[in-house]
Amino acid sequence: MQYLLMIYSEETAMQNRSEAETGQLLAAYGAYTEAVTKAGILVGSNRLRPVATATTVRVANGKTQVLNGPYAETREQLGGYYLIDVPDLDAALSWAARCPAASHGTMEVRPIWTM
Amino acid sequence: MQREGDELAREAAEAVARRSYGKLVAFLAARSGDVAGAEDALSDAFAAALRHWPASGVPANPEAWLMVAARRRAIDAAQRRRRLVEATGHVGLLAEELAVRPNEAIPDERLRLMFACAHPSLDAAIRAPLMLQTVLGFDAATIASAFLVAPATMGQRLVRAKIKIREAGIPFRVPETAELGERLDAVLSTIYTIYAEGWSDPLSTDARRRNLAEEGIWLGRLVVSLLPDEPEALGLLALMLHAEARRGARRDADGDYVPLTAQEPTLWDTRLIDEAEALLLQASRLGAIGRYQLEAAVQSAHVVRRRTGRADWPAIERLYDALLTLTGSPVVAINRAVAVAENSGPEAGLAALETLVEDARLVDYQPYWAARAGLLARAGNVDGAEEAYQRAIGLEPDPVVRRFLQRRRAALRCGDEQW
Repeated sequence: MQYLLMIYSEETAMQNRSEAETGQLLAAYGAYTEAVTKAGILVGSNRLRPVATATTVRVANGKTQVLNGPYAETREQLGGYYLIDVPDLDAALSWAARCPAASHGTMEVRPIWTM
Repeated sequence: MQREGDELAREAAEAVARRSYGKLVAFLAARSGDVAGAEDALSDAFAAALRHWPASGVPANPEAWLMVAARRRAIDAAQRRRRLVEATGHVGLLAEELAVRPNEAIPDERLRLMFACAHPSLDAAIRAPLMLQTVLGFDAATIASAFLVAPATMGQRLVRAKIKIREAGIPFRVPETAELGERLDAVLSTIYTIYAEGWSDPLSTDARRRNLAEEGIWLGRLVVSLLPDEPEALGLLALMLHAEARRGARRDADGDYVPLTAQEPTLWDTRLIDEAEALLLQASRLGAIGRYQLEAAVQSAHVVRRRTGRADWPAIERLYDALLTLTGSPVVAINRAVAVAENSGPEAGLAALETLVEDARLVDYQPYWAARAGLLARAGNVDGAEEAYQRAIGLEPDPVVRRFLQRRRAALRCGDEQW
């Protein structure tokens, strides 16, 4: 089954990190990505630019509304994802727990709805 | 008497039907990952078993009977509608199994099903109802009445939980050693919830609730038989058996509430107590203490009264100390304060309770006020005791316990020195 592991963390906390801390964190992500790749379960992965770059679009009564900012203002923001293919939820959860974000933010694990 | 005998035969047949049904649901769901589909495939056969077995007797191989009936019904239905597709899926699995081992026992996958039902990704409140439905075949209405929820609401929650199991890919497996402890704890606490729901009806007037206590013990026995070296599983079973042993002593001849310390030890079930003690001893040899073993040990320290005439209060205080460190539960802290009062006097007990006054959760908790009232009365503070009893009476839902508290309150002014 495919699962989307979504990384939620506080952007401001990330931005306020020292250079050394940021370097350490990026290295940890690098190692994690490598582990996921070597396990042969990685389908796709990306990091997202901060929510300041977000724009929302919705069409109401035939009129397109384009708004500045993310869909919802939350304390932690979606900052990236890993799409993995593993046998079951427990396997997905154990991979989510290994992601560096699990210790400085929150991982949301969602099964992919195959169409 | 004849009717009672019929009733017993019906209950026995129903129990076998439930257990065989649960075994088959577990077997199918563990292979397909789909609990609802497994239940659907077996529902007609299970209903037929509940109808026929009480009259015709339990078949020699109940699981095979259910498998054959399920398969026949699916094929009948498919032929009626001229659609053979319906005979595949779960029924196909049954047919395969029947062909491979016509007379052998099917593998017992119920423990896997229990781990799926108690999975941390499911809402904690739905785990016990889910286990009752899938492992024991109780319908949503029965479960709803036991948990005081509207039947339609309970039905929806159960359906949603089963959809989540299938769509989120919750596995049917016993977790590996590294995570077994935590996951087993969820299974055990689910079983304890089932038992506790049944325990809250001490006179067994409500057959549904009494069944829950029995089913809780049965599930506890099942886990112990499948994981014999897990000390906490043994501890939970010991705890439930200790509680069950005192069922008959919790009310007097007039149906009035009798607190544990005032119960007549000759009314306790010695056989259950002995079994509980043996389980606890077996658990202690495995060398890993836990919440359920400690709670069962507290029960042991209470029932020594049947031999010595007095509960082992120093041991009870030590055990509650350990439980408090482990759980930080305010309920444990209240029980500990009562033990402190037994060992060091009511003032010391009150001082221990004082440390809890800041806990907002206790404002509406009856046992806190009842314990406080009892200790204040023993310390000679009649006004304070009266006020605390009043709070306890106002918070108690069970009329029998309420009557007991009211009598205690009235006795304060009559010079009754019971406390």
